[in-house]
Amino acid sequence: MIDLGKAVKTSSVAEPAAVESGGRLLGAVLFGLAFGFLLQKGGVGKYHILMGQLLLQDFTVVKIMLTAIVVGMVGIFTLHRFAKVNLHIKPTRLGPNIIGGLIFGAGFALIGYCPGTAAAALGQGSYDALFGMAGLIVGSYLYAEFSKPLKASVEKWGDKGKLMLPEALRIPRPVFIPLFACLLVGVLVALGRFTVR
Amino acid sequence: MKTGRGSILLIVAGVAGLLPTSLGAAEIAVDARQYPGPAWSPYLVGALLGVLSWLTFYFSDKPIGASSFYATIAGLLGKLVARKHTEKLAYYKSNPPVVDWEFAFVLAAIAGAFVAAFTGGEIIAEWLPEMWQARFGEESLGLRTAVAGLGGILMAFGARVAGGCTSGHGISGTLQLNVGSWIAVICFFIGGIAVAMPLFAL
Repeated sequence: MIDLGKAVKTSSVAEPAAVESGGRLLGAVLFGLAFGFLLQKGGVGKYHILMGQLLLQDFTVVKIMLTAIVVGMVGIFTLHRFAKVNLHIKPTRLGPNIIGGLIFGAGFALIGYCPGTAAAALGQGSYDALFGMAGLIVGSYLYAEFSKPLKASVEKWGDKGKLMLPEALRIPRPVFIPLFACLLVGVLVALGRFTVR
Repeated sequence: MKTGRGSILLIVAGVAGLLPTSLGAAEIAVDARQYPGPAWSPYLVGALLGVLSWLTFYFSDKPIGASSFYATIAGLLGKLVARKHTEKLAYYKSNPPVVDWEFAFVLAAIAGAFVAAFTGGEIIAEWLPEMWQARFGEESLGLRTAVAGLGGILMAFGARVAGGCTSGHGISGTLQLNVGSWIAVICFFIGGIAVAMPLFAL
């Protein structure tokens, strides 16, 4: 078993409550407003920017994601080191990560928005996001309908438990994180040089 | 275990074969860059999204995620129509559909995007994206409904199997250096490119 962190913050949420408290929902609303605002300003509510990424014409999406990863990673692991935040690591399951990922990608190309950016698209008045959102709701229920056999089969394939890159590569976190940040910044610099948008 | 690995290899090999074919088919009908770009620099927006993730971790003890919003709505609607059946489903037993943090977060994101578009003079108010019209014509609302609806179904199903979406895996999981998230997000793009290329190829 991998020790997911020496620093442990006691969770402020002891039990996942059936109904969230008003204060926590207020936080969700404020952060959600900022999230939607930023997605729209980043242009990722726009069909042509998302499709442009999948057609390898417009690299806005990858630039936003990689920058968010670098900044987020450095901050979250620093906060975690001082026991200010908990990590939320989902288990690595090769089968479902790969199969589900590919199905997700195929759907992504058809709808032209992803679950978060569809919300941004709707907010800016791209009404076709509603068709995609209807599909997302249907697809969610369809998954739930088959969740029992899926959990007993596909979702067990290649279960590696909670696995993080530094531990998988056997590199200490304080070494890995700065190196990885430099690598990602290098990719961003290269993208900036060699892409038009 | 053995069969599991075999199937994974088969699927990876299949898509790996499809990808160069679609890249090779290359003559793409439309250039996405002829339409307006983002209002703000992608580096600024990315950095601010990174900072936003610090805040959600610190104040809400939550990673940013979006796909469970749709699962919650589906569960709430399911309970209206067929309460007992919905409550018996394995997914909803472990994830009861309630108005929770993620629900409020994504709902508020719609409003946040409206504020951004309104203040930036970028309200679109259209049923068909320009780039879609350039490819499939101005009278293609029926086709758009079918394609986006099917896309949504596949996307939500895939997100639930994979355990997250472009937010939950693509930003929150990757920034926590979760191996499964990196694998999933790479597969999102492989699957996306493999379908988008033929969709827009001449």
